[in-house]
Amino acid sequence: MRAILSSAALATALATSPALSQNPQDFSQIERGRYLSILGDCAGCHTAPGGKPMAGGLAIGTPFGKIIAPNITPDVDTGIGAMSDDQFVAALQEGRGKGGQRLYPAMPYIYYTKMSREDILAIRAYLNSLQPVVNAVVADQLPFPLDQRAVMIVWNTLNFTPGRFRPVEGKSAEWNRGYFIVEGPGHCGACHTPKGILGGDKTKRLYEGAALSGWFAPALTPDARSGLAAWSVEDIATYLKTGANKWTLASGPMADVITASTKHMRDDDLRAIATYLKDHGKPARDTAKPLAGNGAAMKAGAAIYKDNCSACHRDDGMGAPGLFPRLAGSANVQSRDVTTLARVVLAGTRAVSTDAAPTAPAMPSFSWRLTDGEVANLLTYIRNGWGNAASAVSASGIAGHRKQLASPN
Amino acid sequence: MPGDLYFSRRGFLLSSAAMLMWTEAGAEVISGALPPWVAGRSSVPTPVLPGPWRFFTAAEATMVGAIVDRLIPADDLSPGGKDAGCVVFIDAQLAGPFGKAGGQYVKAPFLPGLPQQGYQGEDTPAGRYRKGLRALDELVATRFSGKSFVTLDPKDQDALLKGLEAGTIPLQGVDAKRFFALVLQNTMEGFFADPIYGGNKNMVGWKMIGFPGARYDYRDWIDRHNEAYPLPPLSIMGRSAWNVQ
Amino acid sequence: MAQKLPHKNVVIVGLGWTGSILAYELASAGLDVVAIERGPWRDTAADFPPSTSPDELRYATRLDLFLRPAQDTLTFRNKMNETALPIRSFIGFLPGNGVGGAGLHWNGQLWRFLPSDFKLRSHLTQRYGASALAADTTIQDWPVSYDDLEPFYQKFDALCGTSGKAGNLKGKIQVGGNPFEGARAAEYPTPPLKQPYAPTLFGKAASSLGYHPFPQPSCNLSEPYTNSLGVKMGQCTFCGFCERFGCGNYSKSSPQACVLPALMRLPNFTARTESEVLRVNLDSTGKKATGVTFVDTSGQEFEQPADMVLLCAFGLFNVRLMLLSGIGTPYDPTTGKGVVGRNYAYQTTSGVSIMMKKGTRLNPFISSGAGGVVIDDFNGDNFDHAGLGFVGGAALSATQSNGRPISTRPVAPGTPAWGAAWKKATVEGYQRGYGLGTQGSSYSYKDCYLDLDPTYKDRFGRPLMRLTFDFHENELKMSAYVTEKLAGIARAMDAEIVTPHPRTGPYTITQYQSTHNTGGTVMGSDPSDSVVNRYCQSWDVPNLFIPGGASVFPQNHGYNPTGTVGALAYWTADAIKQRYLKNPGALL
Repeated sequence: MRAILSSAALATALATSPALSQNPQDFSQIERGRYLSILGDCAGCHTAPGGKPMAGGLAIGTPFGKIIAPNITPDVDTGIGAMSDDQFVAALQEGRGKGGQRLYPAMPYIYYTKMSREDILAIRAYLNSLQPVVNAVVADQLPFPLDQRAVMIVWNTLNFTPGRFRPVEGKSAEWNRGYFIVEGPGHCGACHTPKGILGGDKTKRLYEGAALSGWFAPALTPDARSGLAAWSVEDIATYLKTGANKWTLASGPMADVITASTKHMRDDDLRAIATYLKDHGKPARDTAKPLAGNGAAMKAGAAIYKDNCSACHRDDGMGAPGLFPRLAGSANVQSRDVTTLARVVLAGTRAVSTDAAPTAPAMPSFSWRLTDGEVANLLTYIRNGWGNAASAVSASGIAGHRKQLASPN
Repeated sequence: MPGDLYFSRRGFLLSSAAMLMWTEAGAEVISGALPPWVAGRSSVPTPVLPGPWRFFTAAEATMVGAIVDRLIPADDLSPGGKDAGCVVFIDAQLAGPFGKAGGQYVKAPFLPGLPQQGYQGEDTPAGRYRKGLRALDELVATRFSGKSFVTLDPKDQDALLKGLEAGTIPLQGVDAKRFFALVLQNTMEGFFADPIYGGNKNMVGWKMIGFPGARYDYRDWIDRHNEAYPLPPLSIMGRSAWNVQ
Repeated sequence: MAQKLPHKNVVIVGLGWTGSILAYELASAGLDVVAIERGPWRDTAADFPPSTSPDELRYATRLDLFLRPAQDTLTFRNKMNETALPIRSFIGFLPGNGVGGAGLHWNGQLWRFLPSDFKLRSHLTQRYGASALAADTTIQDWPVSYDDLEPFYQKFDALCGTSGKAGNLKGKIQVGGNPFEGARAAEYPTPPLKQPYAPTLFGKAASSLGYHPFPQPSCNLSEPYTNSLGVKMGQCTFCGFCERFGCGNYSKSSPQACVLPALMRLPNFTARTESEVLRVNLDSTGKKATGVTFVDTSGQEFEQPADMVLLCAFGLFNVRLMLLSGIGTPYDPTTGKGVVGRNYAYQTTSGVSIMMKKGTRLNPFISSGAGGVVIDDFNGDNFDHAGLGFVGGAALSATQSNGRPISTRPVAPGTPAWGAAWKKATVEGYQRGYGLGTQGSSYSYKDCYLDLDPTYKDRFGRPLMRLTFDFHENELKMSAYVTEKLAGIARAMDAEIVTPHPRTGPYTITQYQSTHNTGGTVMGSDPSDSVVNRYCQSWDVPNLFIPGGASVFPQNHGYNPTGTVGALAYWTADAIKQRYLKNPGALL
C-alpha cells in the first residue's frame, strides 16, 4: 500500500480527502494552531531535550512505569502523517491513539477533550507545517497488565468524561477564557490535582496540589494558606509570564512549563487564567493553628533558620522579590505536603531564567550540613513562623525524602 | 564531652555527603544558558575527622604539642594550643595540599634572594617541618644534655622559642627564624580557623575573643553601635542550639 | 597539532569584568563571540553560598579563588641591577582566576579618577612647574578626559548598582558626598550603606578638623536592585567576608551577579573555561591578528580564528600576552625606547593603627568590603603641594572590611607575638583596635616596568613575566605626609593609642599591600609612548583591543582601579560598535 502512494498521489489524496478540511496555505490557521500548542504545551512532552521539535522520545515517569511520548511530526511512518483528521481529533477528544487503541492518560486527553474540532485541526495544521522527522519511538515500558491498552477501558469509565468546553453563565468573558485554558489545553490539573490509586484525578479535591517527580505541585485553590488567596491576579500573571513575582520564583518542572508554554502566552490570556484561578472551587476552612514558638522543635528551628537562612530570606521571612522567595505567608511553605520544601533544602535548585527575569538565582544545597532532624525542625519553624500555620515535619519524613533524592527513578 | 559527640556525628554526616560533592569538571564549553543546576552540588571543604596522625610521627606530634602549648598556653582565657586542636590542625594541613606546596611555583633554579623576594627554598612546608623539628630536637639534645623539648622546663622552652624567633639561636641546616614564623603562623591558623579543619576545638579561639564565626547576616546589628553582640559563634559544621535540648 | 575551530567574529581572552562586559555588548549587537578563560566556571550557590563562603582559612589564607603560581606567576626584583626571582607564593598581590576574575572576590570599592588625574602631567606642570616632577618620572596625560568617560562611569554604575552619595551633581556640590569628585550627571543607583561604629567616629573626627568625610562608593549594595540588564541583586548583610571571598547572597557586584545571567542567554556567545591562551596569532604582515591559540586541560592545542581579538585578562597578563605574541616593541629601560611593559605602577598604601579606650565595642566582624568613611581632601591635586616636595596624594579612610581572627587581631604596640601576654593583649585589643588606611597614587618611572624573564618558565615553557619595581622618593614622601594627616584624625577620634605606619621601601612581595597593578600597555595619544590609542586599540594591530584593563593606565591614582576599568570597557565597546565595526581598521 505504502509503495503505491507516490508523493504526488499523496498530495492529491490529501487535497481531495473529505476528512481533511484545512488548507496548508492558511497561515492564520497554522498560527492559531501554534498558539494552541503553546497553551497545551505539546512540546513539553513531545520534544525531547536536545531533540527535534515534536519528534518524541522523551520518557515520562509515572507511578506505574515509563511512558514514551510519541513522534507527532508529519512523518508518515514514524510520526502521525498517516493519521486522518478524524483520528487526530479523536486522539485529543477521546483518548484514542494512532491505530485506534487507547492512549495512556499521561497524554492529558481528559483535559484536551474540552477543545473543539476547529481548535484541534488548527493544531494539526501547525504540526503539519513542521519538519517531518524519522524517529521510531521505543515501545512503552509499563508492567503487565498495564501494558494492555484494553485496561484503559476501565480507567476511562472511572476517570474520564469526554466533552467540549461550555462557557458558564453569569461569568465574564475573561473568566470563561481562563476556564477554557486551565481546564482545557492548559491541563493544569494534570499536575496540580491529587491522583487516586489508579492515577485518575480525585474529583472531590480538584487543584489541591499533588506530588510528582520529586516535587509538590502546590494547590491552586483559593485556600488562604496553601492556595492562591494571597496572590493577586497580577501576581499570577507575572509569575506565569516571567517565572517570578513578589512571592517566589519558579524552578523544577514548573520552570519547564513557563519556558515552553506560559511565558509565550498573550497577556490577556495570562490575566484570564489568573482571573479563573482566583475564582473557582471552594476555599477550605482555615483550621490550622501555628505551633507555639517556645516548643523545643521551634526553638531549634529558629536557631537553624538564623544561622542558615536569614542571610537571604531575612529574619522576617520576607526574602527579596525576584531573588529570594518570601516565606512569610507563602503557600509553598504551608503546603500539606513538604516534598518541594525538603527537596529544595536538601538538594538546592535554580530558578528559571526568562528574558524578562534573567537572574536565575539558586538555592544552595544543605544536605551536607543539616541532619534529618535539623531539616525537620527548620521546616516546622518556617511553616509556623511569621503567622504561618501548618503541620510539623518529622525527621523520619525527611529521611525518606533524602533517600528519594539519592536514587530518583 | 557533648561537643565531641556533636563533632563526630556531624563528621559522619559530612563524609557521607561527600558523595554529593562536585568534582572539577575540567574544561567546559558553555553556551545558550547558565550551566544546568546539579542537585546537591556544593563545594564543601573536607572535614578533619578524629583519627591517627596523617603526617607527624608520634614523637613529632608530641613535640609540636609542647611547642603550641607555649605559643598558646592554657590559662583562664582559653585552653592551650594542644587542647584547642592546633596539632591536629597542623598535621592535617601538612598531609594535604598546603604541606605539599600544592599550586606553588616550584621550578628551579632555586637561588638565594633578598628578603623582599620571599621564600626561595626548595623544601615544601611538610619538608620544612620534618627538617626543622629534627634540627630543634638535636639542638635541645646538645644544649640540655640528652633531654627533649617536651621534658624541658617551660622557662627554657620559652627561651628557646624566643631565640628562634629573633634569629639568635640557629638551627642546623634550617633557617630558624623562617621555621619559627611558619610554626607560629600555622598555630594561629589552627587556633582561629573554622573547627572543620581540626583546630579551634569547640570554637574556643573564637569564644576567647568574641568572634561570631561563620555568620552571614548582621543587618539587625549594623546600627547598634558600641553594643555587645549576643549570639554565640557558629561553625560551618553548625552549633549545638540546632539540636533539641 | 592544533585543532582549528570554527571561525568567530570576536575572541575574548579572559572572562572577568572587561571580558563579560565586552561579550555582552558585542554579542547583543549580533556578533559571534567566544570568551576563553583559563580558570574554572564559578557559580554563587554551587561554589560559595553563605553556608561555606565564610571560611577564612580556605579563602583568605589559602587563597582558594586566586591564581595558582604553578599556573602562572611573575619574577620580581626591585632594581634593574638585581636578579629577579620567582614569586613562588602570592602574598603581596593576588591575581584572580576563573570566570568572574578578580571581580568575583574584590571588596567592591568603586571610584572614579579626578578630572585633574586625566591631565596629570600638563596639570601638575602648569600648577607647580616642570621642576616639581622627578627627572625620571614618566607620567602622562591620559588620551581621554574625565568628561569623555563620565557617561561610561555612569553605565558601569548602572550595571553594578553602586551605593553612594553624589558629591557633585552636574556642577552643584552636594552635602554628604565627595566635594572634590568630578561632576556626575546623576545620583548613585542606590543610597549609601549604613556604617559600622568606627567609620562614624572617623567621620565625626574628620569633620571636626574641617575635612569633608563621605561614605565610600560601594558595590556591596545597600538595598535590592535591578540592574541595567534586568538582573536582580540583593542587599549586603555586612558579613565581613568580602575581599578574597565570593558573595553568597548576590549583593556584591561581580560578573556573576551582574552580567552572566543575561550574557549566557545570548545564543551567539560561548564561554570556554579551563583553557589557557598561549598567544595571539598574527598574519604574515604582523599587522593583523588572525585569532588565538589555546590549550585545554587535556593538553590539546586549539586554534580559534576570529576577526577581532580582545585582551581582557587581568592587567598584568595582557602585558605578558603582548610580549609573548610579539605585538608592539618591548620597552627597554636602558634606551628608553619601546612601549610594551613600560609605565608599570602600583598603589602606595599605608595605615594608622589605633586602640580606642577600654570598653569600646567596635564589633569589627560587622563590616562590608566597601563600607566605611573616606576623605578626599589629601588626594590627587586636591590640596596645594607648594613646598611639600612631592606630588600626588591619597584617600584617607576608615574602611576596615573585617574582624577575621587569623589575620585581624589588633594588639597594643610592643605586644609579643605569642604566649600569655599575647593572649591577654589579643582579648583586650580585639574589640577596640582598628586600622585606618591611606590609598595613594603611584606615579610611573623609567625603571618600573615589565618584561620577559630570561631564566624562569611557566608550565608550557613560556618565559614568565619579570616585574621590576620599587617605591620612589616622591611616593614615600607623599605617604609620610598623608599618614601624618591620618594620624591627626585618629587623635581627634580620642583614640588611646595611635601608631602610624607610613609606607617605607624597599617594596616587598612578602606582605599584602594591594592588587592594583597597573600599566604595561598604556593608552596614549602617540605610539611613541603608548601601546593602545584612546579607544584602547593597538597601534600595531588594529583588530586587537585591550578594553580597559588596568594595563592601559599611564599611571595609577589614589583610588581603586575597577571603576575606571569598567568605564573604559564600556567606552571601548562603544568605540567598537559605533566606529570600528562600521569601518574596520585603525581608528586614528
